[in-house]
Amino acid sequence: MTLSNVQPGEMIEIISIPDEKIRVQAIRLGIYEGAHLQCADKISNGPVILRRKTQEMAIGYGLSKQIKIKVIA
Amino acid sequence: MSHCHSSTQNNLDFMNESQKTIILAGNPNVGKSVFFNAFTGLYVDVSNFPGTTVDISYGKYKNYTVIDTPGVYGVSSFNDEERVARDVILEGDIIINVVDAVHLERDLFLTQQLIDMGKPIIIALNMMDDVKRNGLNIDINQLSNLLGVPIIPTIAPKKIGFDPLIDSLDQARIGHPLKDLKEPIEQLSSTLKNPAEALLILEEDQHVRERNQAENQPGYREQIYQWRRKRVNEIVDKVVSEISQGASFKTKLSRWMLNPITGFPILFVVLGFMYYFLGVFFAQTIVDFTEGVVMGQYYQNFILQLLSPAFQEGSFWYKLFIGEFGLLTMVPIYILGLLLPLVIGFYLLLSLLEDSGYLPRIATLVDKGLMKLGLNGRAIIPIILGFGCVTMATITTRILGSKRERFIATMLLGLAIPCSAQLGVITGMMGSLGIGYFFIYFITIFFVFGIVGALLNRFLPGKSTDLLIDIPPLRLPKIKNVFSKMYTKSVMFLKEATPLFIIGAIGITLLEHFHILTWIQNAAAPLTETLLKLPKESATSFIMGIIRRDFGAAGLFDLANQGLLNPAQTLVSLVVITLFVPCIAAILVIFKERSWKESIAIWVGSFVISFAVGGLLAQILI
Repeated sequence: MTLSNVQPGEMIEIISIPDEKIRVQAIRLGIYEGAHLQCADKISNGPVILRRKTQEMAIGYGLSKQIKIKVIA
Repeated sequence: MSHCHSSTQNNLDFMNESQKTIILAGNPNVGKSVFFNAFTGLYVDVSNFPGTTVDISYGKYKNYTVIDTPGVYGVSSFNDEERVARDVILEGDIIINVVDAVHLERDLFLTQQLIDMGKPIIIALNMMDDVKRNGLNIDINQLSNLLGVPIIPTIAPKKIGFDPLIDSLDQARIGHPLKDLKEPIEQLSSTLKNPAEALLILEEDQHVRERNQAENQPGYREQIYQWRRKRVNEIVDKVVSEISQGASFKTKLSRWMLNPITGFPILFVVLGFMYYFLGVFFAQTIVDFTEGVVMGQYYQNFILQLLSPAFQEGSFWYKLFIGEFGLLTMVPIYILGLLLPLVIGFYLLLSLLEDSGYLPRIATLVDKGLMKLGLNGRAIIPIILGFGCVTMATITTRILGSKRERFIATMLLGLAIPCSAQLGVITGMMGSLGIGYFFIYFITIFFVFGIVGALLNRFLPGKSTDLLIDIPPLRLPKIKNVFSKMYTKSVMFLKEATPLFIIGAIGITLLEHFHILTWIQNAAAPLTETLLKLPKESATSFIMGIIRRDFGAAGLFDLANQGLLNPAQTLVSLVVITLFVPCIAAILVIFKERSWKESIAIWVGSFVISFAVGGLLAQILI
């Protein structure tokens, strides 16, 4: 499944991120293949807000459809 | 300077070669500037970094030169800020890395990269007061051991930890680099003039590779970033423990700001407050005093009495200096009386928005809407900045991810975003018309903005990029910081606007004196009188608007004051001047930032659209 299908509150693991340029920018914020993150919030057909501890980041809808994830909790 | 032969040397001439340099580095909004001010006191210079829009502050502390760098998430060349930070850091002798203690996972990524560069570092672990508040505990000793550099806990606004930090400067140390990097860096750095550049060559930084003629070196950027991320997470897991968990008010407020159901009402309340503050309090109460009384009466009477005897009334020199568009009458009255208070008001608000951490939340909230215009939420930053100054905002479109987005944003900025000075004049004039007219004005501009954006999105080739941003914690802005930002920006406004106003005043006086103005007014009559149903004098304001849009708006302000415009005409003229071609400065920047073809499309496009929309409104309303 993709990040766009995630529901607020779910814990997820990032499986894959397309495009090297995005991977390189995302990893600085803590989003990388294998990362365990929580979906803090989501705007329907809009950005997903991910959290790990106190760090939060927003990912646009288009990109969230390309990021493969699995729900772990 | 230890490495004075670098190719960046001519960019950094303020980095005196005989003096050691202390560089402040850190992520955005971690409080670097507070440290900078503590070191340098009042004697600070700000200079533009050549070839960028980035300003660098530098000052002196004892025998050191202290340099502040733009906040970045890492050192590389994704954008101007990073390139500037990179070049300043590469040349520094001691790095003070300011770290947000609450966001170690994000901030230590930069810290570890600085360590990998092999620079002597000392860490100011800032915002320690927020650590407890967020239910966290940090083992500082262990963190210091793992990184291999000294750490001083600090609370910048209260100046806690500053003395220990200053006393420990000579203890700055080269930390523990990633172990897999040691060997390749050692091999490479021995061949370089500046060994710190070895890491960036391995990380495929194009600029650093080129200046070392190292294009053919193998690159490991992704690999290195993964090692670094893994290391940082290991460290954070070891040193940070959560002692309690509880949703504070800030967390709840942050959720409300992001959720559309509560977020949009909050946004509208904030915008409403901004409108009242800027459009009512500043544009009316304050401007009535500064423009109406101080400049319009005392100053004008003074200058007229002083200089009238020197010139023959009606002569060219009389008009040039103290006439209706005079250099000593109109120019200072418009700039100091009318526009400066508005600019000050706008930048006060903008600094509050920036420092509170609300901007990235607005970006997330409006992302979905802006996607329909071929933009993503980040574009809200140049759009909001555009309400301050379209010229600055046009340069800021560089932060957008693709050429396509930069074109759309530039077009929309040039077309439908009034700058603060112009907006102030407009809201001031609207204030006297009543809420109904304001509503029509707002809806018109909003629709033009939306329709043009949607059409561009539909027909421009290519693909726009997606939102990917850090959402920093909400913070109460520090008043001192807000005022110092406001001051810098207002001074910039004066520097930028004054020469253009002088040129404009001379131009208009020449046109008027040689009766070309009347000729233009008559020639433009089909447009102004027939299409827009405005008095022909309004052509003068539109010509002034080509020079600066606030200049044009100020001209309309005069016309309305003289009773030449009825309410519907005021509305039409304000819609036209808002949508009108961007001012000369903005046009110059557009030509610099975009291609010739794109720039001409923007220029002609905004001209046609402004008259078409104004004409349509006039035919309906007047």
